[in-house]
Amino acid sequence: MIQYIFRRLMYTLPLLLGVNILTFFLFFVVNTPNDMARMQLGQKHVTEQAVNKWKVEHGYDLPLFLNTERRSFKQITETVFYQKSIKLFAFEFGVSDSGRDIGADIKQRMWPSLAIALPSLLLGLLVNIFAALMMVLFRHSYLEFWGVVACVVIMSISALFYIIGGQFLFSKLLKLVPISGFGYGIDTLKFLILPIVISVVSGLGSGGRWYRALFIEEVEKDYVVTARAKGLSETQTLFRHVLGNAMIPILTGVVVVLPLLFMGSLIMESFFSIPGLGSYTIDAINRQDFAIVRSMVFLGSVLYVIGLLLTDICYTLVDPRVKLL
Amino acid sequence: MILLISSVSIGVLLRNHDGLKRPLKKIAANKSAMLSMIILLFFLAVGLLDSIHFRAEGQRSSGVISVLDYCAKPLWQHTEKTYSAPFSAYLYSKEYITQDGGDKVWAFPRLQFGGSHLTNPESEKTSDLLSLLMTGLSKGLMLCMAGVGLRGLFVGKKSEQSARRYCPGFVCITISILIVGVAGLMELSMYYHIFGTDKVGEDVFYQTIKSIRTGLVIGSLTTFIMLPLAVIFGILAGFYRGWVDDLIQYIYTTLNSIPSVLLIAASILMVQVYMANHPESFTNLESRADLRLLFLCLILGVTSWTGLCRMLRAETLKLREMGYVQAAKVLGVKPFGILLQHILPNVMHIILIAVVLDFSALVLAEAVLSYINIGVDPSTYSWGNMINGARLEMAREPVVWWPLIAAFVFMFILVLTANLFADAVRDAFDPRRSQYGQ
Repeated sequence: MIQYIFRRLMYTLPLLLGVNILTFFLFFVVNTPNDMARMQLGQKHVTEQAVNKWKVEHGYDLPLFLNTERRSFKQITETVFYQKSIKLFAFEFGVSDSGRDIGADIKQRMWPSLAIALPSLLLGLLVNIFAALMMVLFRHSYLEFWGVVACVVIMSISALFYIIGGQFLFSKLLKLVPISGFGYGIDTLKFLILPIVISVVSGLGSGGRWYRALFIEEVEKDYVVTARAKGLSETQTLFRHVLGNAMIPILTGVVVVLPLLFMGSLIMESFFSIPGLGSYTIDAINRQDFAIVRSMVFLGSVLYVIGLLLTDICYTLVDPRVKLL
Repeated sequence: MILLISSVSIGVLLRNHDGLKRPLKKIAANKSAMLSMIILLFFLAVGLLDSIHFRAEGQRSSGVISVLDYCAKPLWQHTEKTYSAPFSAYLYSKEYITQDGGDKVWAFPRLQFGGSHLTNPESEKTSDLLSLLMTGLSKGLMLCMAGVGLRGLFVGKKSEQSARRYCPGFVCITISILIVGVAGLMELSMYYHIFGTDKVGEDVFYQTIKSIRTGLVIGSLTTFIMLPLAVIFGILAGFYRGWVDDLIQYIYTTLNSIPSVLLIAASILMVQVYMANHPESFTNLESRADLRLLFLCLILGVTSWTGLCRMLRAETLKLREMGYVQAAKVLGVKPFGILLQHILPNVMHIILIAVVLDFSALVLAEAVLSYINIGVDPSTYSWGNMINGARLEMAREPVVWWPLIAAFVFMFILVLTANLFADAVRDAFDPRRSQYGQ
């Protein structure tokens, strides 16, 4: 097991290196640091000195790949590629273009993101599975038909409308919860409840349909027929056998996204002004802060790779037929 | 133009599929699928009208307008000062108005165009609206009658039966309702702002119609960028295995592991930097907006091909062990020939299903991306931009709700019909589903 995990970890290295090279290419080769400096300093009347000063301040003044002025080892380490990209592997994010420490920012903003993403995921999962089970339990009836119709309708509405509509209805008209913001302690709940409910509702369409398809496929299998033939009631077969077996794909689907929860949801956080990583990223995009965007891209892919690894491990834990080689 | 090409190629694609009559018939037998197809076609027609540009003198700054602009001239020529509610004859905000006597009054001024033909809006508006609606509806009805008559002429009595089979009653009814409704809206929009006006006084109805093209372009162009990548890589990886497979798998896992929103954001940022540093190549706003739209499609395509590629690879892996592929190999057919003749037709259904399923997702994605400012250019008409603007408008008092509702209605219809149609296509073409006769 440990050997397997180790080998998988080795396998992720080239993957992350690929991500790194790709982002490096995007950020430094397509547009040179000179371009970035001009962009940051404003378009007109930028002197050569100002550009150079900006580059020195932010550490972009080194050559891209190979520093011919230095000797031996330093030829490689004293370059933009090493300083800005390779150091990400050690989770040294450096400072943002506006001079803040990215690593500290991420650590601080991770928790609000998680506070909103984790409950929405779990609650959403429960609601989706329940809705799907209901539809399967009453299959070939009007309940199922209208359930599917409702799912398609919910699916067809952009998430933005749920947010705007929800904010308008519950915060502005009914004044039940604050429109946006974030608090700590007991206050948190007040701020979190609306975003969580909205994300559950907006995910219900596609989620419910997906789980329904999963259960329907499972329901037609032989072991379910056997269970029924044994005299188990429909609810018993459904909850004990079908749900149990459908758990494998459900669980693996969830585990992949678990690490990514730290990243938060871009739209939700910016609409409800929650100080999480999602709004951090959006702010960086709007301020055109390349250092932050680059770090977030890398962090996102690291988390995704971790998610994949966790999924594989989970497979073995839930499904005894799968063996890791 | 792009749309035209794409729709033609869709047509060619479907023509090649003529051998698969059964799934097509299945779609035709599905009422909701046919209904949504008609509405989709209607959207497509509007988008096409909007894509055919020609030069007209003295119309706009750039002098280039589309056929749709030409048809809907009053819509974009009738601009007001600022917000106005749907069907309103008055402006949203109060102003000092100089009356005949020369004294100033603090009141809502009349609109320049919306309902300007009325002398006393309070009492006349309802009846005027109704009469306009009736004229519009009756015009549409007449058009329908003419259409039915024409159909009768062309089809003749003998083939009436077959015509009924391919064009059943409810299809005709839907088309008629659509035509009548559009005629009614057109008649109304000549004299009123159906969805009101926005901050700078532009007709929201016009913006909404123009946004159709943006949505369609993103949906279709992205697909056409994604398709070749996914198909070529997926089939090659599955067929050749070995290092080709490893390389392709490596590429798509790498791309996949970057959160797509961030990749899009990063790329759009880069385009912005590029445009800011090369202002000489982008002299006017329109070429800037066009480039950004094009690039957005490109990036969306690059980020979204991985899913389809993986599916195709898996399917090809299965297919290459099939008897007929092995036989072709033994008979000395070149690998390229096998790919083209034996593998590609057999993965066609996966491609088709993926394309229709992705379409609605892309339209939705556009709105979200535009909201985060990494979507289409702010000067492009798009539902995302309208929603983005509506965020501030909702905080006004009284609430400016019409741009949001307008974008919502049109986007909802487009995405819903696309979803329904996609479901029907999937049910019809997926062999696993059709086995059970569901």
